[in-house]
Amino acid sequence: MEPAASAAAIQTAPKVKKKKINIRKHAPLLIMMIPGLLYLFFNNYLPMLGIVIAFKDINFAKGILHSDWIGFDNFEYLFKTSDAFIITRNTILYNLFFIVVGTVLALGTAILLNEVKNKVMLKSFQAIITMPHLISMVIVSYLVYALLSAETGFINNTVLPWFGIEDGIMWYSEAKYWPVILSLVHFWKSVGYSSIVFFAALLGIDEEYYEAARLDGANRWKQITNITLPIMIPIIILMTMLSIGRIFYSDFGLFYQVPMASGALFETTETIDTYVFKGLMGSGDLGMSTAAGVYQSIVGFFLVILANYTVRRYSKDNALF
Amino acid sequence: MKSDGRFLGLLSTIIMLLFAAACIIPFILLISASLTDQNAIVAHGYSFIPQKFSTDAYVYLFDRGSDILRAYGVTVFVTVFGTVVGVIITTLIAYPLSRSETPYRGLFIFIILFTMLFNGGLVPSYLVYTQLFDLKNTIWALIVPGILTNGYYMMMMRTFFQSTVPPALIESAQLDGASEYRTLWSIVLPISKPILAAIGMFTAIYYWNDWQNGMVYITKPELFSIQNLLNRIMQDIQFITTNLSSNSSQAMAQMPSDSVKMAMAVIGALPILIAYPFFQKYFIKGIVIGAVKG
Repeated sequence: MEPAASAAAIQTAPKVKKKKINIRKHAPLLIMMIPGLLYLFFNNYLPMLGIVIAFKDINFAKGILHSDWIGFDNFEYLFKTSDAFIITRNTILYNLFFIVVGTVLALGTAILLNEVKNKVMLKSFQAIITMPHLISMVIVSYLVYALLSAETGFINNTVLPWFGIEDGIMWYSEAKYWPVILSLVHFWKSVGYSSIVFFAALLGIDEEYYEAARLDGANRWKQITNITLPIMIPIIILMTMLSIGRIFYSDFGLFYQVPMASGALFETTETIDTYVFKGLMGSGDLGMSTAAGVYQSIVGFFLVILANYTVRRYSKDNALF
Repeated sequence: MKSDGRFLGLLSTIIMLLFAAACIIPFILLISASLTDQNAIVAHGYSFIPQKFSTDAYVYLFDRGSDILRAYGVTVFVTVFGTVVGVIITTLIAYPLSRSETPYRGLFIFIILFTMLFNGGLVPSYLVYTQLFDLKNTIWALIVPGILTNGYYMMMMRTFFQSTVPPALIESAQLDGASEYRTLWSIVLPISKPILAAIGMFTAIYYWNDWQNGMVYITKPELFSIQNLLNRIMQDIQFITTNLSSNSSQAMAQMPSDSVKMAMAVIGALPILIAYPFFQKYFIKGIVIGAVKG
C-alpha cells in the first residue's frame, strides 16, 4: 500500500540544476537532515556491509571480523538441504495467493461498502473491519490458540462434535491444515484495511458516469461491472505490482507467531523470514540462515527493480523511482 | 431500477454485517474464555458462553500484577518516546527534501530510496546493534531499530509538504526574516497536522505492537514489553510464578492456567480495543492518506 504514497512527488523533484548550488545559504536545510541521515547510515547502510558474514564461518569467540572466510560454503549447505526449496516455495506461494485473493476480497468489500448508504452503518463497518489490523500478531496467536488448541480449543471441543468428530485434531502438529489457517488469519487481519484504500478510490469516481449509465437504463450491477471495475483497474495493477516487488518478504509475525514456531509445521509454515530469525535465535543454523538472508536481500532487490520497471512503463507517476 | 439498487444495498449490508461479526467474534471467545472456571475449561474447552463463570484468572493476575504493570510501563515509554523522536526525525529529513533549494536533493532522495530497495537483513542488523552499540538488554533496543520505521513515511511526508505547502508561503515568510527552523515550525507544521497525525499514529501502533525487537534484543524480564510478556507466557505459563512469586510451588498448584492465558491476552488487547473507538476516525483517514498519493 505505502509505495503508492510516495510515488508522485519523486519525479517532480530534481529539475533545478541551473540554479547555482549555494551550500552556505541553505546550510540550515542540510543540518536538519543530519539526524535522519546518521540514523540511516547506522540502521540501514552499515548492515548492508554485514552481508559479508554470510561468507564467513561465524565464530563468536573469534569475533565476526576475525571469523574464517569460507566463501560460498554457507550457500552450498543451504541449497543442498531441502530447506532452501521449502522456504522459497512457501514464501512465494503464500504471497501470490495473498495478493490475488486479497485483492479480490478487498475490492469486493470496497464495492459492498459503497452500496451501504446508511452513514452510521458505513462508518461502523469501516471501523470494525479495520480493527483486526491494529491487533498485534501476539494477540492474534492467542485468538487462534483459543480456537485451535488440541485440548481446550473451541473447534475441537464444540465445533467438531457437531459433525460427529469426537477425537479432535492436533492442529499444531498437522502441517496440512496450515495453508488454510494462515490464509484465513491473513485475510481476517488485512482485508478490511486494504478495502479502505479501494473504497477511497471508489469515492473519487465522478458521479456523472453513473448518472449517464442510469439514464441509459443500466442497473446497479451493470454500473459496477462497466464503470466501477474498469476505472479501478489501474490502481489494482499498481498495487499488485508493488506487492509482487515484495514477494520475497513474508509477513513475519503471521508465520512465526500464529503457528507458535511449532517445528512439526515446518513444511507449510516456514518462510525465509522465519528461517533467518530462528537461525539467529539459536534454534536453527546461523550460517545457513545468514546465507538465506542474503539470498532474500538480493533476489528481493531485483524483484523490486523489476516490479518498479513494469509500473514505470505503465504509469510513470506511480513508479517508486 | 430503484428496486435493484435497494436489493444490492440490503445484500451489501447483510454481507458486511457478517464480515463485521467475523472481525469481532474471536475477541468475544477470548473474553469469555478468560472468565471461565479452570475446571470447566478442562472439561468443555473454551466456549463463547462460560460453562461456569469465574474471575479467578483476573484475581490471579491482579495478585501478581507488578510485572504486568512494569511491562505496560515499558510499552508506554517505548511507544511515546519512539513516536515523538520518530516523527521529529522524519519531519526534519522530509522537509528539506520537499524544498527545491536544498543542495544535492537528488542524492539524498536516492539515499532514502535505496534503503527501501535493499537491506542487509536481520543478522547484520543484530550484529550492529549488539556488537557496535551494545544495545542488548537496554530499553533503547526496543526503540532505536524502529525510529524511522521505513523510508515510505519520509517520502509520504515529503510528498505532503510539496503538495500542500505553497512555495510562495515559505518565500514570504523568509522575506519577513524567518529562519528555516522558524518557517518549518510556525508556517509549515501548522498546516501539515494531518500527515503528522497519520505518521505519528502508524509509528505508535508499530511500537505498541512490536514484539520482534524485544524477542531479539531483550532477555531480562524487567525490560519485557507487554507483547513480549504475552509471548513468554504462552511459551511458558510458569514464567510468572517462577520469576516473581516467593512461594512459587504453591502458587503454581492453584494457578488457573488455561484461563490465565486468555486473561493475559485480554489485558494485552484491552487498551487498544478501548481506545480504538476514539481514534478510529483518524486511523481510517490515515490509511487513506498513506495510500492515495500526496
